[in-house]
Amino acid sequence: MAPHVTDDDVLRAVDLTLAYGPSVIQQKVSFGVRRGSVFAIMGGSGCGKSTVMRAMIGLLRPAAGEFLVNGEDYWAATERRRTDIGRRFGVVFQNGALWTSMTVAQNVALPLQLFTHLDAESIEILVRLKLSLVGMAGTGKLLPAELSGGMRKRAGIARALALDPDILLLDEPSSGLDPIASRRLDDLILELRDGLGATIVVVSHELPSLLSICDDGIFLDATARTAIAHGSPKRLLESCDDPTVQAFMTRERLGSPLHGAGHGDQ
Amino acid sequence: MHRGQLTPPGWSIERRGADAGLRLTGDWIAQETGVRHVAEIRAMLKEAAGAEHLQIDSRDLGRWDSALIALLLGLRQEIAAARQPFRLDESGVPEAARRLLALATESAGLGVAPPAAAPATVFARVGAAAISGWYRTFAVAALVGQVTLRVGAVFRGRLQTRAGDIMQLMSDAGAGALAIVTIVNTMVGAILAFVGAVQLRRYGTQIFVADLVGIAMVRELAAIITAVVMAGRTGGAYAAQIATMQGNEEIDALKALGIRVYDYLVMPRVIALTAMMPILYFYACAVGLIGGFAVAVTTLDLTAAAYLEETRNAISSTQFLIGFCKSVTFGTLVALAGCHIGMRAGRSAAEVGQAATRAVVAGIIGVIAVDGIFAACTNALNI
Repeated sequence: MAPHVTDDDVLRAVDLTLAYGPSVIQQKVSFGVRRGSVFAIMGGSGCGKSTVMRAMIGLLRPAAGEFLVNGEDYWAATERRRTDIGRRFGVVFQNGALWTSMTVAQNVALPLQLFTHLDAESIEILVRLKLSLVGMAGTGKLLPAELSGGMRKRAGIARALALDPDILLLDEPSSGLDPIASRRLDDLILELRDGLGATIVVVSHELPSLLSICDDGIFLDATARTAIAHGSPKRLLESCDDPTVQAFMTRERLGSPLHGAGHGDQ
Repeated sequence: MHRGQLTPPGWSIERRGADAGLRLTGDWIAQETGVRHVAEIRAMLKEAAGAEHLQIDSRDLGRWDSALIALLLGLRQEIAAARQPFRLDESGVPEAARRLLALATESAGLGVAPPAAAPATVFARVGAAAISGWYRTFAVAALVGQVTLRVGAVFRGRLQTRAGDIMQLMSDAGAGALAIVTIVNTMVGAILAFVGAVQLRRYGTQIFVADLVGIAMVRELAAIITAVVMAGRTGGAYAAQIATMQGNEEIDALKALGIRVYDYLVMPRVIALTAMMPILYFYACAVGLIGGFAVAVTTLDLTAAAYLEETRNAISSTQFLIGFCKSVTFGTLVALAGCHIGMRAGRSAAEVGQAATRAVVAGIIGVIAVDGIFAACTNALNI
């Protein structure tokens, strides 16, 4: 697949090893994310997808390896520099992670108030714009508790877009949404990519959404504790012959354990 | 985005008969070069007034982000609102910007219209306050009623809760509070002895310091001070815990499983604090008396034996009984206030904090008010 821009990778992980204390979650994970692509971090539940994302947004220092943002080593930088780099990232957490005691509009406005010198009217204009981009115009005065799950997620996206990020990271964007809302969210992600020219990283295990929006990706495995396949979900579905990846992509039982166990006993 | 040198954004209106052109130049980056306000957009339209078409020319446009989209959106809205609308020709706008613009306008209808918040009249506000006041009173009565009804179940062992939970809560409210109860009550006993010593020495009746410390601690202060400490320490924690569970839908999950919320959350807390408070009270009496004893013996010309003998004569079992009754009541009150306020809290982080604060305040005020009632009753009964 030809890259959009013949630029270097925006994000690049080199032999990243992630661990919580002594327990290693993933090791020697390497991948590159091209500018303007929608990159998928795939894998079954509990394989460490979100952990990889935590290392990308500054929440978990890798035990080994490098994570490069535009060629700059993120974790070798000073904390101040990391904050500066991180400001160009928009992060959407799994359940929106909205600040519950603020209204939706205040949630979107906070990054603008803290990190820019814009006046109140400009911030208000931008907040309204971001909310209407995600289809939430007119909901600014509501509290997060008054929103449905899908709306909370979209409000989370609006907040992530507040600072016009170059890179948008989404953790399980379509989990807990009905197929139509999930589809609409996928379309929104693509529209935002095209409109903003942003690079998008999606952490997900939802097949339909992965297949329809991602043009590149990596497949993490919980047993091997590393990446076992690289490429777009579509390519992995068509041509990857790793049994775990195939089972995931075709929603089959790996090595049909029922049969295996039955034969073993006899 | 590489934030190198940016040229400030600019615009100019060019008139060609019935057509007007809006030429955009420079870099339109919201965080760096700002966002155009409504007043400025109106100024643009004023300059273009009289034209039938307004064509946007972005050939000299540099880099752009939300600032450009906000401008275009603002233009659309202002033109739609203008008395003499003219056609906006957006064909000169960069393709990507047009897509975002489409997204912003088409999905605008997806959102929910905000509930029209009519400004409340004085009349409506008074009415709402009265209704919520009535409702609150009713809710307190309902809680007390529920708890009373379930007391029978406690003794029949039919409570829907786990013994381990109650033991844990008892340990938190009892053993966990020993340190602070010790410190506070020893200090109070010592302070009483100091104050008493200074006054009574003038009349040569130092020995009555023992009566003062003994009666004040046993009858009033040990129970009140301990209850106030527990209101701050445990009542606030109960409210915060339950309010957080409310926010996480944990209480909904309990209800959905058919677990009685009162049995599972409220009763164990009420039982734990009601059971622990008298024990803490007796302990508080002991450390308070020791505090007073230490100060009296060291600062006054009294023998330890004389002080102890005087204390023994001063405090009767009636005094202990009164203190004991108070501590049981205070324990129930603080636990009920904490649970009640936690159950009625909202679902946001701020409301958890407010619930904890309200529980502490309600606990302290309640304890002092109930102590007043006790004083009136014991006075009437002459005990």
